[in-house]
Amino acid sequence: MREDEARVASLDPEHELAVEDPSRSEFIGARPGGGRRMTLNMGPQHPSTHGVLRVVVELDGETIISARPEIGFLHTGIEKQFEGRKYAQGTPLTDRVDYLSNLNNNLCFALAVEKLLKLEIPPKAQWMRVMLCELQRVSSHLVWLGTHALDIGAMSVYFYCMREREEILKIFELFSGQRMMTSYIRIGGLALEPPRGWDRRVRAVADRLASGIDEYYNLLANNPIWCNRTKGVGGLPLELMLDLGVTGPLLRAAGMNYDARKACPHTSYEKFEFSVPTRTANDVYARFEVRMEEMRQSVKIVRQAVEGMPEGTWKADAPHVVLPDREKMKTQMESLIYHFKLVTEGFRVPAGTVYQTVESPRGELGYYIVSDGTANPHRVYMRTPSFGNLQSLGAMLEGVLIADSIASMGSMDFVLGDVDR
Amino acid sequence: MLPESLENDVVAAPIARALPNAIIDVKQEVDGPVFYIDPTQIVAVCTYLKEQSNFEQLAGITAVDWWPSVPRFEIVYLLHSYSQNQRARLMLRVAEGEEVDTVCGVWRSANWYEREVFDLFGIPFRNHPNLERIMMPADWEGHPLRKDYPVHGHKYSYQDE
Repeated sequence: MREDEARVASLDPEHELAVEDPSRSEFIGARPGGGRRMTLNMGPQHPSTHGVLRVVVELDGETIISARPEIGFLHTGIEKQFEGRKYAQGTPLTDRVDYLSNLNNNLCFALAVEKLLKLEIPPKAQWMRVMLCELQRVSSHLVWLGTHALDIGAMSVYFYCMREREEILKIFELFSGQRMMTSYIRIGGLALEPPRGWDRRVRAVADRLASGIDEYYNLLANNPIWCNRTKGVGGLPLELMLDLGVTGPLLRAAGMNYDARKACPHTSYEKFEFSVPTRTANDVYARFEVRMEEMRQSVKIVRQAVEGMPEGTWKADAPHVVLPDREKMKTQMESLIYHFKLVTEGFRVPAGTVYQTVESPRGELGYYIVSDGTANPHRVYMRTPSFGNLQSLGAMLEGVLIADSIASMGSMDFVLGDVDR
Repeated sequence: MLPESLENDVVAAPIARALPNAIIDVKQEVDGPVFYIDPTQIVAVCTYLKEQSNFEQLAGITAVDWWPSVPRFEIVYLLHSYSQNQRARLMLRVAEGEEVDTVCGVWRSANWYEREVFDLFGIPFRNHPNLERIMMPADWEGHPLRKDYPVHGHKYSYQDE
């Protein structure tokens, strides 16, 4: 009897574990086809769940028989809050849904409302949006890589990833004044004029990321522990994944060549040259490779955006939607009137519905907006990628060892704010 | 019936041929046509779309509350076909308390989506395998995304004691 088991036995003589004779060989390890089962609660406060997720797993030895994710601990009623606000006031709410890819959420909301308004966005604003969203994708993937590696036991990768992510957050701070909740992509363009000297800073970060990504890839890709923990783990048949609502890198690691940026380009993504990485191995390692390659492609897009940034204005020519310049507001009567009306009443959006999707770092992010013709949205539904992906957790964990469940969960890269909204 | 402009629509035309009375209304939105389906035929339409028209994925289900109008709710099905790079939107109009057939048998992802609609709007789904609250606690009263549910406020008054 191990020392800790003996202690449990002495404290609680009726403890089931303690009364079992440990000398029997089947006491250790999985016993398929019968024996005692145990129900284990993972979470809600468990570091490997990256948020507040409770997974009720039923175990036979160390084998998971069934896993049931329970969500809702971070439900904040964001969809309800939209209904009491003007459209422009909705942008800060979108930041708080998926707190690792705020700009992608800003972008999706802005695109949806712009579609209802039939607004034309100037090229410079579009390219800026693309550049920042791709930086956001890299920063989100860096957080995923760091925490995922940390779960599996590789500690140093986390520090490197956070170091590079910090550089990206500094870029966001330079642009918007905020590191995380940027609200920088607004309906009709951008929130502020891009700061002076931004191109030099972004170029420097892109160079650093390009070498950094290869470094982290090399740290892990041939590491025997990493390979043993991730190869052949966490697979699901592609049809089942589609059936369960899985999107994004998980599908691409199973061989599905689909990326919303290519399939239905928005924000002039068609003008950028990049490829959609896919793998067919359909395991945790393949997802790692797909995301690493996505980061490289994102850096490529960022560089193209810096080099080819169009001249011109950074917000749409739509005074009834976009706030006027401060300078004009203080010198011109019309601008002052527009400013006052926009701040007090907001702008009306023609009645109708729209469903707009973008490729978020986690998969398909969609906003379904119902407008009734007033200045407040009648209904905003967020189709969040983490919600769909997490639904497959039960199927993914069935029959695997409990140690592999941590690797599988990490490879899903869910954000609980995104799941619970 | 389908208007003439949609007679060759990749989503609607096959349904109109196979299930003649399923589409009861069509609305043109900024991102394409939206089809209102007869609520009793939603499972048949979804099965047809998945098996014959290759809509492999159900991206989401949600609802819209039009209180105090009648019928009160609209249920929205967001469908996605990867092989054809095509999206479709199906709508149902249902009254308060009216049960809707579940589409869990067609796409497994409908399980959580329908639970969410049940939780936040109080729309029951017939034959759903596990129709419980998903976002709110199990003992919660009311359905928060209904229009007659307040945005602020406490259930109990703490001042009158």
